[in-house]
Amino acid sequence: MRSVYERKPLPFELFEVNLLEASEEQLMRISEEMGLALSLKEMKWCKRYFSEKGRNPTDVELQTIGQTWSEHCFHKTFKGITLMDGRRIRLFRDYIARVTEELSPNWCISVFKDNAGIVEFENGYAIAVKVETHNHPSAIEPFGGAATGVGGVIRDILGVWAKPIANLDVLGFGPLNFPYEDLPPGIKHPKYIFRGVVAGIGAYGNNMGIPTVAGAIHFDESYVGNPVVYCGCVGLLPVSSYVKSTRPGDLAVLVGGRTGRDGIHGVTFASLELGEESEEVSRPAVQIPDPIEEEKLRRAILRVRDKKLASGITDLGGGGISCACGEMAREANCGIEVELDRVPLKYSDMRPWEIWISESQERMFLSVPESNVGEVIDIFEEEDVEATPIGKFVEGGALKVFFRSWKVGELDLKFLFSPPVVRRKAKWQLPALREPRFKERDVEKTLLELLASPNVASKEEIIRTYDHEVQGNTVLKPLHGRYGGPSDAAVIRPLSNSWKGVVISCGLKPRYGKIDPYWMAASSIEEAIRNNVAVGGRRIALLDNFVWGNPEREEQLGSLVRACRACYDFAKIFETPFISGKDSLYNESPLGPVTPTLLITAVGVVPDVRKIVSVEFKRAGDPVYVLGRTYPELGGSEYYSLLGLVGRSVPRVHPSKAKASMDSLMRAIEYGIVKACHDVSDGGLGVALAEMVLSGDLGVDVDLREVPTSGIGGRRDFIMFSESNSRFVVEVRPGSEEEFESIVKADYALVGAVTRRRALVIREKEKILVDLSSGKMREAWKIRYG
Amino acid sequence: MVKICVIRVGGTNCDEETKRALDELGAVCEVIHFKKIVKGKKKLSSYDALIIPGGFSFGDHVRAGAILGKEMKYVLSKELKRFVEEGRPILGICNGFQVLVEADLLPGFGGGIPQAALAINDSARFECRWVYLRVESGGKCIFTRGLKKGEVVSMPVAHAEGKFVFPKGKEEEYLKKLVGGDQLVFRYCNDRGEPARRKYPENPNGSFYDIAGICDPTGMIFGMMPHPERAAFGIQLHNWTEMEDIPEYGDGMSIFRSLMEYLGCGG
Repeated sequence: MRSVYERKPLPFELFEVNLLEASEEQLMRISEEMGLALSLKEMKWCKRYFSEKGRNPTDVELQTIGQTWSEHCFHKTFKGITLMDGRRIRLFRDYIARVTEELSPNWCISVFKDNAGIVEFENGYAIAVKVETHNHPSAIEPFGGAATGVGGVIRDILGVWAKPIANLDVLGFGPLNFPYEDLPPGIKHPKYIFRGVVAGIGAYGNNMGIPTVAGAIHFDESYVGNPVVYCGCVGLLPVSSYVKSTRPGDLAVLVGGRTGRDGIHGVTFASLELGEESEEVSRPAVQIPDPIEEEKLRRAILRVRDKKLASGITDLGGGGISCACGEMAREANCGIEVELDRVPLKYSDMRPWEIWISESQERMFLSVPESNVGEVIDIFEEEDVEATPIGKFVEGGALKVFFRSWKVGELDLKFLFSPPVVRRKAKWQLPALREPRFKERDVEKTLLELLASPNVASKEEIIRTYDHEVQGNTVLKPLHGRYGGPSDAAVIRPLSNSWKGVVISCGLKPRYGKIDPYWMAASSIEEAIRNNVAVGGRRIALLDNFVWGNPEREEQLGSLVRACRACYDFAKIFETPFISGKDSLYNESPLGPVTPTLLITAVGVVPDVRKIVSVEFKRAGDPVYVLGRTYPELGGSEYYSLLGLVGRSVPRVHPSKAKASMDSLMRAIEYGIVKACHDVSDGGLGVALAEMVLSGDLGVDVDLREVPTSGIGGRRDFIMFSESNSRFVVEVRPGSEEEFESIVKADYALVGAVTRRRALVIREKEKILVDLSSGKMREAWKIRYG
Repeated sequence: MVKICVIRVGGTNCDEETKRALDELGAVCEVIHFKKIVKGKKKLSSYDALIIPGGFSFGDHVRAGAILGKEMKYVLSKELKRFVEEGRPILGICNGFQVLVEADLLPGFGGGIPQAALAINDSARFECRWVYLRVESGGKCIFTRGLKKGEVVSMPVAHAEGKFVFPKGKEEEYLKKLVGGDQLVFRYCNDRGEPARRKYPENPNGSFYDIAGICDPTGMIFGMMPHPERAAFGIQLHNWTEMEDIPEYGDGMSIFRSLMEYLGCGG
């Protein structure tokens, strides 16, 4: 038998891979040695295809398949079949996409299909949103990994012809005080990762002049071996500029930075677990960021857009040129021929397959009618960006790759985009957790401790390293007001001739995932929407971003199924369609899988930004209400966590009550009778009230007995720190109490009033439980992360 | 009709909001790539004022503003000199201020090499925050003529390299010169207008003598680290939600309004 890899007699390096004669064992070895990360079933699928063709594949062809079929690019788990409790489930179709299909809102322009989800905005403009993860690169090289995560998601926005107007970043790290001696080999310390990631995000967004306006940071033991880095971007585009009309005869033009060896096998790397060797093996998988290149690229692309010179666009991300070519040709229902030797390179000795799959940053792909190519190249040249025609869209359905006139690969796009369906089994059972029993703790002391706990404390030290003001449109800032109050959502006013605003908020509840991923997902959706509504947002669209462990493990997949089920149930109830999403699986390290983490991003609109509501109390004497009911739901709460507990009483979402609570607040804000509002989440009512006080120059005096509760039996610490969903603290315009009460169709109570004295006072009739000055609370809350 | 050139290169990114503030005042504002001026495709002389906006020109490689500063100095120095002599003002905001210092146009003491620098912040971090500024100009700087000496204004800063320093050993001498020549325009202060005395975060970067903005000896060239274009409209303010009525404009607009008034287009 011939050897497995045979070098072709050509003046450059090209191997033929002897697939046709390979045994099952050899097939798996090929997959591993070439870094394809394909399963045996998939390798056999390839073998059958090439048997039918009567020839062996080249390395270029196998790499193309490996890239295109990777979990990262194809989302095999979400598109595949999952068997659980005797049911056949397709996660994406049956849960995520189904919400949007059933709601079918007329304001959604493009969902799931393109680089970003697109919804209508105002005056012929639309909003595009995308959120990605970049966990594995950030674990290996935090600065570069996070920066290229930001760069990548910005290109997704450019990839639907939108101008980036805001970034958001949600991060998860291990505890910063994690003992060094407990780190397994090859795992970097959380503090090192934290510093690098924060610096990388700031550097990219700041350099590109895109404000970083929203996000969250969550610390969890399970993130020590595998940090979580979500990067999101929001864009604005004229609907008429959303052009997708690539036709045979159009040229394929590669624009942006040069192609190098950085980012080889990034997507297959993303589809494997992290280990001791990841650093050495996968270091080349992390790309090198150059935000200034992308800044210039953006200018050129928006100019080409405004002159309508191109017929299509896509970004080069995972899989590099190989994926972009294939996807664009398939979408346009045509074929494509590419000449790889035309690609401008960082190093001249790159092999064809390396050029083909390199994920070097700051590159995009345009289809341009031949008559416009000259003008397009001129525009790019004016912006000091390279633009190179590297191929042509043709009739037919084949992807053909050439290098110095030799054909180095040819694949049918139909085959390339129909990998074998993945079938996996899943199971799930409630973990054996107990509800702890302990005596009521001193609530004042506990409140101060909670304010200073890393998940609740001010993220000011980090947020201020991100430029959140550039472009001059951030009307509700992440740190708003003189004291930098923590806003529930950010509001951007992107058009200077309209007062309409875009409202961006997040929901993230990893701790609840330790108890039940179903209620974790439900709470994440509720929180994202709640945050949006709290400032005045409405007509909300959602994005789902899953970070999970290895789906080949039945219990991991089972918990994913539960989370997806909640996504359907609650997005449907709230009438909030999903417009885009992404899953990052295989988030495991020698320390085990990450806590199942679902980020829900909510993007709403507000008709008039001048009517939005911020957190800080506005005037002494104003009545303060609590909206929503407090239950003994402390499982996974910050309070329990402070005591080293998990518990099992995870907060639930009561559909009709939740909806009533949101709708009531929305109307009250619309009538202009809400002067301040804050959602109640991490740390419960106590923390929410404290944040409203320390955000401004006033105080509040609240009687705890007035707070609507059920089943709590007078436990003051539970009333103050339970994390029940669907609750808000609301300052109402004086004289409008009756109007407010008639609007509200949910549980509510007048609990106190705003005071001139800058302090949080919580009492039971005459008995003072908490009396903390805003200075003291601010001191506790503004911690240093280092 | 007042024509204003907002210059840009790769990495510039505050051009649009700067133009928006000027458009509001009725200026005809064009954002022009620096290359076009160097190649003679656009003439500086066809504009009444020049603004170098914020951003990261050429990636701030070497030092913030260094490359564009040197390009301006060695490629355009004659044209810029004539520009100012003909009564056309130049404003540098944030990165633009860094560029003007690197180009040796500020503080403009002469001597052929830069006599000041905008160094890395004392916090060693990028800082995006609102600060208070006290007007120190006695009237020489044409960009603050709409403000009274001693008045306190508020705007945001957003930079990693904004610590104004003079050469070691020359601090007092140069400060005297700066103050004596009415070239000191803005100092960081607290909300009551008392100097920050290098205290963080009132002085966000550790600037010598709390210096936030200076002009050249003619008062025609002005550089400042804070961003007036991000405080031009009331809705941009960080505390507008605390106000009973949202003001139409913020303090930043006074910089652009003073420029327009100087150019004979006040109102």
